[in-house]
Amino acid sequence: MVKMNQVCYRTLDMPEPWRLATYEAAGGYQVWRKILQEGTPRDQILEEMKKSSLRGRGGAGFPTGLKWSFLNPNTPGQKYLVCNSDEGEPGTCKDRDILRFNPHQVIEGMAIAGYVMGVTVAYNYIRGEFYEPIERFEAALKEARAAGLLGVNLQGSGVDFELHMHIGAGAYICGEETALLESLEGKKGYPRFKPPFPASYGLYGKPTTVNNTESFASVPVILSKGPDWFLEEGIPNNGGPKIFCVSGHVNKPGNYEIPLGTPFKDLLELAGGMRNGRPLKAVIPGGSSAPVLLADTMMNITMDYDALAKAGSMLGSGAVIVMDDTTCMVRVLARLAHFYSEESCGQCSPCREGSGWVARIVHRILHGEGKPGDLELLDNVAGNMMGRTICVLADALAMPVQSFIRCFRDEFEYFIQHGKSLVDGGKLR
Amino acid sequence: MKIEIEIDGKSFEVEPGKMIIEVADAAGIVIPRFCYHKKLSVAANCRMCLVDVEKSRKPLPACATPVTPGMVVRTRSKLALDAQKAVMEFLLINHPLDCPICDQGGQCELQDIALGYGSDNSRYDQGKRSVKDKNLGPLIETEMTRCIHCTRCVRFGREIAGISEMGSIGRGEDTEIGTYVEKSLTSELSANIIDLCPVGALTNKPFRYRARAWELTQHSGVSPHDCVGSNLHIHTRRNAVMRVVPKENEGINETWISDRDRFSCEGLSSPERVTSPQLKRHGQWETVDWQTALQTVVEALQDVTEHHSADRIGGIISPNATVEELFLFQKLLRGMGCHNIDHRITQTDFHYQQAMPTYPKLPVSIADIEQQELIVVIGGNTQHEQPLIHHRIRKAWDNGAKVIMINPVDFEFNFTPTQTLLVENRRLPEALTGVTRCLAESQQDTEIAKDLLQSVAVTPAHREVADALLSAKAPLILLGAGAQNHPQAGLMYALAERMAQLSNGNVGLLTAGANAAGAWLVGAVPHRGPTGLNVSKPALDVQRMWESELPAYVLFNVEPEHDCANSAKALKALSQAALVICLTSYKTPAMEQYADIILPIASFAETPGTFINVEGRWQSFQAAVIPKGESRPGWKVLRVLGNLLSLDGFNYVVNTEVTDELRSLATTNTPEQPAGPWRYPSHLPTVSEGVERFCYWPIYRSDSVVRHSQPLQKTPLSETPVVTMSPQLAQRLGLEAGTEVKVSQGGDAVVLQVCISHRMVGDTVGIAAGFLETAGLAESFGTVKIERI
Repeated sequence: MVKMNQVCYRTLDMPEPWRLATYEAAGGYQVWRKILQEGTPRDQILEEMKKSSLRGRGGAGFPTGLKWSFLNPNTPGQKYLVCNSDEGEPGTCKDRDILRFNPHQVIEGMAIAGYVMGVTVAYNYIRGEFYEPIERFEAALKEARAAGLLGVNLQGSGVDFELHMHIGAGAYICGEETALLESLEGKKGYPRFKPPFPASYGLYGKPTTVNNTESFASVPVILSKGPDWFLEEGIPNNGGPKIFCVSGHVNKPGNYEIPLGTPFKDLLELAGGMRNGRPLKAVIPGGSSAPVLLADTMMNITMDYDALAKAGSMLGSGAVIVMDDTTCMVRVLARLAHFYSEESCGQCSPCREGSGWVARIVHRILHGEGKPGDLELLDNVAGNMMGRTICVLADALAMPVQSFIRCFRDEFEYFIQHGKSLVDGGKLR
Repeated sequence: MKIEIEIDGKSFEVEPGKMIIEVADAAGIVIPRFCYHKKLSVAANCRMCLVDVEKSRKPLPACATPVTPGMVVRTRSKLALDAQKAVMEFLLINHPLDCPICDQGGQCELQDIALGYGSDNSRYDQGKRSVKDKNLGPLIETEMTRCIHCTRCVRFGREIAGISEMGSIGRGEDTEIGTYVEKSLTSELSANIIDLCPVGALTNKPFRYRARAWELTQHSGVSPHDCVGSNLHIHTRRNAVMRVVPKENEGINETWISDRDRFSCEGLSSPERVTSPQLKRHGQWETVDWQTALQTVVEALQDVTEHHSADRIGGIISPNATVEELFLFQKLLRGMGCHNIDHRITQTDFHYQQAMPTYPKLPVSIADIEQQELIVVIGGNTQHEQPLIHHRIRKAWDNGAKVIMINPVDFEFNFTPTQTLLVENRRLPEALTGVTRCLAESQQDTEIAKDLLQSVAVTPAHREVADALLSAKAPLILLGAGAQNHPQAGLMYALAERMAQLSNGNVGLLTAGANAAGAWLVGAVPHRGPTGLNVSKPALDVQRMWESELPAYVLFNVEPEHDCANSAKALKALSQAALVICLTSYKTPAMEQYADIILPIASFAETPGTFINVEGRWQSFQAAVIPKGESRPGWKVLRVLGNLLSLDGFNYVVNTEVTDELRSLATTNTPEQPAGPWRYPSHLPTVSEGVERFCYWPIYRSDSVVRHSQPLQKTPLSETPVVTMSPQLAQRLGLEAGTEVKVSQGGDAVVLQVCISHRMVGDTVGIAAGFLETAGLAESFGTVKIERI
């Protein structure tokens, strides 16, 4: 039996899990209170974080402890900490539920991170569509402030930490950390050219660390149960449990917090197996930007950063999109391409122009107007977009395009030749 | 410490921190680009400059990749060229490719680069994006479908013009560049975005469809509208000026010019140009040939000399005249025995003239303005008076300098000055005295002008300015038009110099016109001859020429009703004079009344000449076109008049002989040191009570060429003649915005509408000059009575 909900969703089964009292009953704020009382050495926390091998849960999988070490707590001047709750990757819904059901754990994680990096002001940038999570988080902030867990000179320790919430305005690109910072500054959400990275030039030009909600929410448990425990919950180099957002053709879609390294077939079983018992066709294992993997590969893979990278895809945000044999991959790609062309910020030429071009080619194939050579054109245009822009949104479209054509070439060719789908009998839309 | 890098197999020693593209540009290695511009921040969004950098698996943008030791860059490897060609293809898929009907055709960066990096047929066969056009006003034409979203225009607004008027709206393919709420651009530098735009999205509206780039001949020129001396390229076709664009000069105008410099050429073809000599006979104007006209002039002048005396002639010349014209003008009049010569047509007080240096010159170069720590502007709307000097002041401010404005109007600037000391116009001398007193007391040096300083009470605002002056290293004090034209200009100049002395600073005059420095140097002033030598006999300054109501006036490129301070006095003097000779490019209705002889002279771009700019830089230029109609270059007309009057030394063949003569005089003559220290009055002059006029020249009313440029007259910056007052004053007088009022001064009166502005202070009302509607007031800075009609 796979162990579930041990870290971010640990309060899930308790009544009103979002309340401060519930969180404290589950052992919450112990680490933060200890820090405020004893002044735990920063280096000690940093070491434990590095040892836990927690990798960024937003998608890139960068080691969190290492990222924290880039911000020197002794540099003079204002520094900032930002939580990226602009969860917009199609298929992903884990941060939403963390904020809904366990907002205090995010607050505690951020407070600890702020302490380690000597940051006194932090922001949580929450996706604007998340109405309920926004309300819950704001209520949690109020509770934490009233309890003296946020504010100035907390519990007489001399430690300051103020946390503000910011609501996004509906742009997927603002999940990219530098676009998020621009948006937080009140500007249009355009990703910044890097370097400089946020650690040296971040919010308002000050050193800034940006982490994902799930990363922050993992911190209190890592520190209370110890890095070794956390590491053992996963596999080496892939510490801890991770939330997988299973969607698609399964019986029980939802968020599953399970140890990294769990075989996919166990996850599929947790999610109630395939809908109507149909055979698995393909899986997008890490959010829509990740290359698609075929059923054979998936049924023999473990769900962790390294295994998925080795298979040519990525763990990404942990959004597992499961597709059965009735799925028309042309239609899936058309949906994805449309999404990315809508969400391109329009800054870089290859992405602004290329995303629309790709979307229109797939659209015409889907509407029976595909032409011979369209697949080569698609593949080439996607290749021309890849790696040539400021941020990776162009890559996030190019990768699915290229992997879909590679994995399902017959379906695309059939659609171009016959003007209808190989899979669902020529239904249009 | 320099580092070594390699680009395309060649090694370069470069400063660390430079971007690859800067090194390549300096070495003449071509890297295609659209969004990068050396004067703007790096956006790295067009991705055209992607190059192959060793050890990077992805191509990197040359504009945003700093050099590192040992870096190896290939700009034309397969990786680089593939990336560049791919970007080119992306940029073209939604571009309309309407080059045959696009004004940018032939001068288009997209076209040029597509030639090198584009494909000869397109793989894109679907619908193209079209974008609704924006109306950006009378200067800039838009065709936004052509836009490639390089954001140069957006960054220009934010970083150079200091006003974010353009922005990008929408996302992805729906991105549009525009003003959000459609409006005309208001920046005085706005049209530089025409040059910045790498495609035909933003083009020159007045020039639209008039010529192709390859039909134009390029001439170098210098702007005749302000003391900056911006370098221009004048583009002509078939002897007509088609347009003006900037000529890069890092020391003066960098890569920019003001809209005034760019669009004034539209005034050259105005129907009000005079194109043939004209005489008034029995109250009727007759067109005559040059010979008749010149003979009439000679006879008329000789007549005045015989019946009165030569010193009963008044010679008034524009500060926009060339060195050659100014020199010959004074030589002609002095040859006849007349020293009544002046170019200071906007000024009202000349007390300080003996203490002036040979010619006014900024203590720092224009480029060095941006390095200053503290700049104090006294009586200046620099943004409108000298836009490109103001740009340097803004750059200084941007670099962290303090900028203090001491002004009678809270002018709207494109940055927020560190401090604005706002006082009624008549209280400007008092404010300067207060500041000087603080400085003197801090430096324990209170003997000079003791009584004057004691007569003024110090306010906290005075002290704040003084503290800033004392804490800065070598502050720069600039006197703008408001100070130089002020009825207490002499006292203000003296106080500014005293402030500078007490704070180790320097004073500079931001002079009126394009060539005030040249005018001083050649002796176009009543008390000094060429190169600053004092003249034997004191003569009349421009205001005393008007007040003396002389029998004869010679006006060179001056329309007193528009150009001169105290215009009603001028008009009165001219209407009583027996003889008024106008050497002019334009005929105005008032001129038809007061003038007797009109000699048409060449305008901007039609004459060779020399301007000396505010930093003392001599800039000579050739004529770009031959003068319109029968008009002739002013210096030639003066030369022929000299011959006809049998004066010595008028046998010039080319204009450079005139400047050569001036240069040789300058090397042989040692001007006497300016007269001793200014004698400060023991107290400030009594301040009159009641409403007082503050006179200024709006940016697009500054000279006759500008006034005749229709596109400029239609911009939002173009003003209408109104009386502007503070809400408090309007309330006290019981007036609302738009009320028609009679503004009177003694016996003179004009009718104007009321404009209410929170930028006005106390009892000062702004009434602009440069309009016929306001010319009827005799005192530019006197008290006025305002009554509802």
